[in-house]
Amino acid sequence: MAIKPEVRKGVEAVCDEYSKEPSPLMMILSKIQKEYGYIPLEVQEIVSAKTGIPVAEIYGVVTFYSFFSLEPKGKYVLGICLGTACYVKSSQQILDKFEQILGIKAGQTTPDGLFTIEAIRCMGACALAPAMSVNGKVYPKVTPDEVNKIIAEYKALA
Amino acid sequence: MEQIKSAAVLDKSIKECTAVIDAKLKGTNGKRAVLICGGTGCLANNSDEILHEFEKEIKAHGLEQKVSVNHVGCFGFCSQGPFVKIFPEDTLYHAVKVSDVKQIVEDDLIGGKICENLLYVDPVTKEKVVRQDDINFYKKQLRVALHGCSVINPDLLEESLGYDGFKALKKVLSEMTPQQVIDEVLASGIRGRGGAGFPTGKKWQFAANQKSEIKYVVCNGDEGDPGAFMDRSILEGNPFEVIEGMMIAGYAFGAHEGYFYVRAEYPVAVERLLRAIKDMEAVGLLGDHILGTDFSFRAHLRLGAGAFVCGEETALLNSIEGKRGMPRPRPPFPAIKGLWGKPTCVNNVETLAQIPYIIRVGAAEYAKIGTVGSKGTKVFALGGKINNVGLVEVPMGTTLRTLIFDIGGGIPNGKKFKAIQTGGPSGGCLTEKDLDTPIDYDSLIAKGSMMGSGGAIVMDEDNCMVDVAHFYMDFICSESCGKCSPCRIGTKRLYEMLTQVTNGQGTPKTLEDMRALANVIKGGSLCALGQTAANPILSTMNNFPDEYQAHVVDKKCPAHVCKKLMQYVIDPVKCKKCSKCARNCPVNCISGVPGKEPYVIDQSKCIKCGTCLAGCPFGAISKR
Repeated sequence: MAIKPEVRKGVEAVCDEYSKEPSPLMMILSKIQKEYGYIPLEVQEIVSAKTGIPVAEIYGVVTFYSFFSLEPKGKYVLGICLGTACYVKSSQQILDKFEQILGIKAGQTTPDGLFTIEAIRCMGACALAPAMSVNGKVYPKVTPDEVNKIIAEYKALA
Repeated sequence: MEQIKSAAVLDKSIKECTAVIDAKLKGTNGKRAVLICGGTGCLANNSDEILHEFEKEIKAHGLEQKVSVNHVGCFGFCSQGPFVKIFPEDTLYHAVKVSDVKQIVEDDLIGGKICENLLYVDPVTKEKVVRQDDINFYKKQLRVALHGCSVINPDLLEESLGYDGFKALKKVLSEMTPQQVIDEVLASGIRGRGGAGFPTGKKWQFAANQKSEIKYVVCNGDEGDPGAFMDRSILEGNPFEVIEGMMIAGYAFGAHEGYFYVRAEYPVAVERLLRAIKDMEAVGLLGDHILGTDFSFRAHLRLGAGAFVCGEETALLNSIEGKRGMPRPRPPFPAIKGLWGKPTCVNNVETLAQIPYIIRVGAAEYAKIGTVGSKGTKVFALGGKINNVGLVEVPMGTTLRTLIFDIGGGIPNGKKFKAIQTGGPSGGCLTEKDLDTPIDYDSLIAKGSMMGSGGAIVMDEDNCMVDVAHFYMDFICSESCGKCSPCRIGTKRLYEMLTQVTNGQGTPKTLEDMRALANVIKGGSLCALGQTAANPILSTMNNFPDEYQAHVVDKKCPAHVCKKLMQYVIDPVKCKKCSKCARNCPVNCISGVPGKEPYVIDQSKCIKCGTCLAGCPFGAISKR
C-alpha cells in the first residue's frame, strides 16, 4: 500500500510533536490511531524512521493493545459492553443481535465500511447496563428491540 | 485567577473561594443555585442538554441574576440519574428529563413550589424524599474519597479551593517535614485501594529510603475491572483532590514528577484532569517552587490503550515507557527500581484521593474510621442485579448485608440474592452465608474473595454461576499478556474445559482437571493477573458445587442460562394461538395454525434467542 504524501507528513508531524517526551511511542501511536483510524505497517515504518525505534518493537506494541488496529475500522464503531455488570444483564444478547443483523462477528467490519462491531470491556457506565457506545456516544439500557433502530439511525446518517 | 505563590496567598484564596461556595450553597449571595450531575452515567442520559435547557429557560425568564447553573461530578446514585439539586433548599430531583426543566424553573425557581413528581420515592415506604441525606442509599455512606464530587464544579480550581482543596498541601509544605508526612500516613493505617491493600505509608517509606535525584509518583487510573467505576467518578468529580494527593506523595518521598495513567475509555475524566493540571500550572500550584518553597512538582498524563494487565503496576510502568504492557519480575519493587529505572511509587486514584483528608483531619481521626486492620472508607461500584446501582462509599467494616440490602435496596423484581462478586476477575463470589461478613481486606480474603479495586456485582437466581465463571475466564484468557506459559496456555485450556461444561459435554473428571490446572496457573505466574486467574472458577466451584454437578451429571443448567442445556417451550394450554411468536421467530422454527392449533417450537432449529418468550402476551412460553 502506498502512503499518501499528506499522510506521511501528518504522521511525521505527530512524531515531532512528542519528540521531547520521554518514551513517546504510546502517545504517538494513540494520536495516529485517533486521527487515521488505524496503524498499518507502512505507517509503523515511518514512525520507526523518525524515532529510531525498530519496526519489530513498534509492531509488538501495536498488536499488544486492543485500541490500536492494523486494519481500518468502520465509519461507525459499535461498542457493545461485555463488562460484568452489562453481561449479567444480558448484553450478550445485544451483541448477538448486532452480529445477526449486520452479518459480521465482533472485531469485524461490514463490507461497505460502515460498521465495526466491537465487544468492549467495561466502560464504567454500569448503572446504564446493558450499555453500548457508537463512536463514543453512550446508549443506556439497550434492549434487543432497539438494535434495528440504532443501526437504522446511523445508516440514515451515512 | 491571581498567582498563588505563597502560603499566605493560598490562604487568602481559600478563604475567598470558601466564602463564595458557602454563599452559593446557603443562598446568601442572593441567588439560588442549580447543580446538575455531569458524570458519565448522567451525561449518557442527556444531562448536558438539561444544563443547556436550564440556561435557556433561565435567560428566557430573565433570572440570570437570581439563579446560577452549575455542573458537578457524580452523585453516585447513577441508576436514578440525571440529578438536579437546588440550593439553598437542598432539594434533589431525580431522573430529570430535558422536558422537565421548564417545570422546575417555573414551579420551583419562580414559584417556590417543590416539584413533587420529580422527587425520589422510597420504594419501601412509598414516601417522597426531598433531601439527598434522607434517602436510604445515602444514609449509611461516608464520603471521604468522594469529597466534593457532586458539590463542586470539577472544571473550576476556585471551586476546589472553596471546598477544602489544597489545605492539606499548604499544611505539609508549611508545617511538616517529608518524614512527618510519611509517619502521618503510616499512622493513619491506610492501605492501597487498588486491590492488593499494601500499606501506603510503607510504600512511601521504601521510596524515601532510596537515594536518587529523580523519583516518580505514578497514579494508577487504569481501572480495568469490569463493573468498576470508582476511579473514573473521582477523577471526573474532583480531579484536584487526586492531584493534591499526588503532590503530597511527591513531597513525602522526594519525587518532583508525577504521571497519571488513565484508561483511554474515560474521555471525560481525561479532559477534566488535563484542564485541572493546566489551571494549576497557570496559577503556580504546579511547577517550580510551589508556594515559594523548595518543592517543585510537575504532573503529566499518559493514556492506556485497552489492556487490562496494565492495571498491574509493573506492566503499567512498561506501558508508560512505550513498551508492551507486560509485568516485570519483582523484586526489584518499583519503590526501588520503577519508572525508567528510578524509585517509583504507584498509587491508586482512590488512595491518593484519601491523602488530603488524612492530612487535614489527622491520622488519629482518620484511624477511627474502619476496622483494626483496614482503616478509612472504601468506594464500591455496586452493579448488576441490584435496585440501587451506583457509587457507594462506606466505612471499612460495613457488612455486605448493609451494602446490598440497606444501601443497595436489595434485588429487583422480587428475585432471590444469589452471589456478590467482589474484586473483579481476580476476586471471588460471596453468597448468602457470607452476608454478615464485615467488608475489610482480611475478612474478604478469609472468605475466598478479595477487596480488589471496589467493583461489586450482584447476581440473582437467574444467573448461572458456571456461565459467570465462563465469562470471567473468557475475559482473563484474552487479557493474559502471554508472558508466562501457565497463564497464557492454562487460561485458554480452562476456558475450553468450561465451554465443555456449559455445552453439556463435561464430566466429573473435567471438573477435577479444572481444579488441578487452576492450582498450576496460580503457582506458576509472575503477576497478580495470573496468580488470581483461576479465582472465579475456584470460588464458584467451592460455593456452588451443585450447580457444576447439574451441568456435568444431569446435563442441566438450573438457571436456564447455558443455551445448550435449556429449551424454550410453549404451554399448549396457555397458548392462545395468536401466532405472534411464529411471526417474530428469526429462524422460523415455530409452527401452528392461527386460532386453531397451539404453537410448537422445533428444538432442532431453535437458536435460543428468547425473542418468542419476550414477545408472548400470554406468558405461555417458558424456559426449561
